[in-house]
Amino acid sequence: MDAAAQKESSRTMSVFDLSITPLRELNSALHNISAGTNDMNFEVINPRGSHSVAVGIDAPVTVNVHGSVGYYCAGMNDGGTVTVHGSAGPGVAENMMSGIVVIEGDASQYAGATGRGGLLVIKGNAASRCGISMKGIDIVVHGNIGHMSAFMGQSGSLVVLGNAGDALGDSLYEAKLFVRGTVKSLGADCIEKEMRPEHIEHLAKLLEKAGITDVKPEEFKRYGSARKLYTFNIDNADAY
Amino acid sequence: MSYHNPYTPPRKSATFDDQTLAEIRRAAATGIYDIRGGGTKRKVPHFDDLLFLGASISRYPLEGYREKCDTSVVLGTRFAKKPIHLKTPITIAGMSFGALSGNAKEALGRGATISGTSTTTGDGGMTNEERGHSQTLVYQYLPSRYGMNPKDLRRADAIEVVVGQGAKPGGGGMLLGQKISDRVAEMRTLPKGIDQRSACRHPDWTGPDDLEIKINELREITDWEKPIYVKVGGARPYYDTALAVKSGADVVVLDGMQGGTAATQDVFIENVGMPILACIRPAVQALQDLGMHRKVQLIVSGGIRSGADVAKALALGADAVAIGTAALVALGDNDPRWEEEYQKLGTTAGAYDDWHEGKDPAGITTQDPELAKRLDPVAAGRRLANYIKVMTLEAQTIARACGKNHLHNLEPEDLCALTMEAAAMAQIPLAGTNWYPGKGGF
Repeated sequence: MDAAAQKESSRTMSVFDLSITPLRELNSALHNISAGTNDMNFEVINPRGSHSVAVGIDAPVTVNVHGSVGYYCAGMNDGGTVTVHGSAGPGVAENMMSGIVVIEGDASQYAGATGRGGLLVIKGNAASRCGISMKGIDIVVHGNIGHMSAFMGQSGSLVVLGNAGDALGDSLYEAKLFVRGTVKSLGADCIEKEMRPEHIEHLAKLLEKAGITDVKPEEFKRYGSARKLYTFNIDNADAY
Repeated sequence: MSYHNPYTPPRKSATFDDQTLAEIRRAAATGIYDIRGGGTKRKVPHFDDLLFLGASISRYPLEGYREKCDTSVVLGTRFAKKPIHLKTPITIAGMSFGALSGNAKEALGRGATISGTSTTTGDGGMTNEERGHSQTLVYQYLPSRYGMNPKDLRRADAIEVVVGQGAKPGGGGMLLGQKISDRVAEMRTLPKGIDQRSACRHPDWTGPDDLEIKINELREITDWEKPIYVKVGGARPYYDTALAVKSGADVVVLDGMQGGTAATQDVFIENVGMPILACIRPAVQALQDLGMHRKVQLIVSGGIRSGADVAKALALGADAVAIGTAALVALGDNDPRWEEEYQKLGTTAGAYDDWHEGKDPAGITTQDPELAKRLDPVAAGRRLANYIKVMTLEAQTIARACGKNHLHNLEPEDLCALTMEAAAMAQIPLAGTNWYPGKGGF
């Protein structure tokens, strides 16, 4: 960045040092974006594992968090672009409505839980229950994911470049799961499904959106709901 | 020599009574457990087992209608920038659009608004009609997160984090396919017509330490404006209340096993959880032990039917109550005017509880547009408001007789118990004594 650009950038960029500024001030600033403002870029330094960093965003702001965060970073994000240059604690981007959240490191449990839209990219690994109860969000994990991921997933796509842990897609509704590596075990009512051309195309778009160019969609297997638990049946009681 | 047994009337087993035998036959025939709506139907110790003592020489009453007896309540004074101010301590409990028709939800909002109280959303999210007709609307934050979004969170007046409910502490929900209409399916992001399962546990937090962080997130998202309630079923009221307070709740909502549900297994409704009578004193004790009684408000529910029940709940230490089943009855649920149709469904007015089937003749627990039309939301809202006002007046009448100028001034010392069970559960002396089970000196 040349000097002029740096000067321009700093003019329209708010910096929040969470070692001296209360979290409330950051979130309050993010919730009070006035129409027509140029002040849409936020840098957060020294997050030191704080919880609820950049939650409830409802404007197309850009937030860069330099360091690792605690629970619920970018929770309920609606339209923001949040990048965590570090790792994220439980529930990152929970219930995201729209926008993009990128975690450069690893993510803990429940990443993208109940998300309704937008894109969550985790460049490291994600722990258990990644995409639990997902309702439309797209999640792309470069590494592996833990057990019970996409549990009761209703809608959206979960793409895993690495391996998946136990009970993938347990009690799944209509979420689409794509795993490139191994799946330790499938959960109740989750089955492997044929990768048809429309799925290859869908996955290719997701990979492109996540900026992944060195992996082909054909390398993935597709998993989805067998839809056998959709209507209660006593003879399936041991599967519930 | 012949011997003739004299006639003896047939004797039925108390253990295997008619209801039990019918349930065994039903299970054997269908291969499915019984799902129904409502709360427990078994007889449990309840507010009927308590009486007020009234004024006497040692304390004097207030003049009815002339000397003021305040009924107002403020909820959410601990942390919220905008606490809720209600004219009456009788609130409307959470019930979902999906479980109830749009007209029924609208009627609840109208009735609550006329009577100066709050109503509450349910599993499945907030509808525009409901928001529009409810002056004060509490938004439930449930494990399923169906229909949950930050816009609705912000346009709510309070947020209720639902951990459990009295009809099924520890249980999730089941909305059967018959009630998953296009609109319900869309709101819940589910295919139409499938049996929809609601999770029993929140997807992104476990335990009180997590809950504290979750509550903090909700406060950050809503800029610390909204009161945050935590609702629990009546299971371990002392510890649940203490942990809710520790987690940062502004208000604790405690629901006994008489509290209704839209649909759950009968075995769950009848066998899990405690009657509300047994829950209130431990919860109040927890608040008092923490120095938080009246600072964190306590709303109790489950079987509240009259102003006497309201007064008794408040005398035991609650700040407010919530009604669900009673509110539906005020709207028109189980009304004998539909008896012919109840009979066709194999039941009778007053016993109809197959709310999950969506065939409610009264048009309340249904998504069938033709049935739903039967409920006029304006008239039904008026009936609910009348009922709430009557209950409020009844509670005032009792409070004045006890010499109290605010419903919150009612106290355990105003009560006596009719039964040993009630005395033990409510820690109220047995009538005519100064003793209750568990208290020394027996």
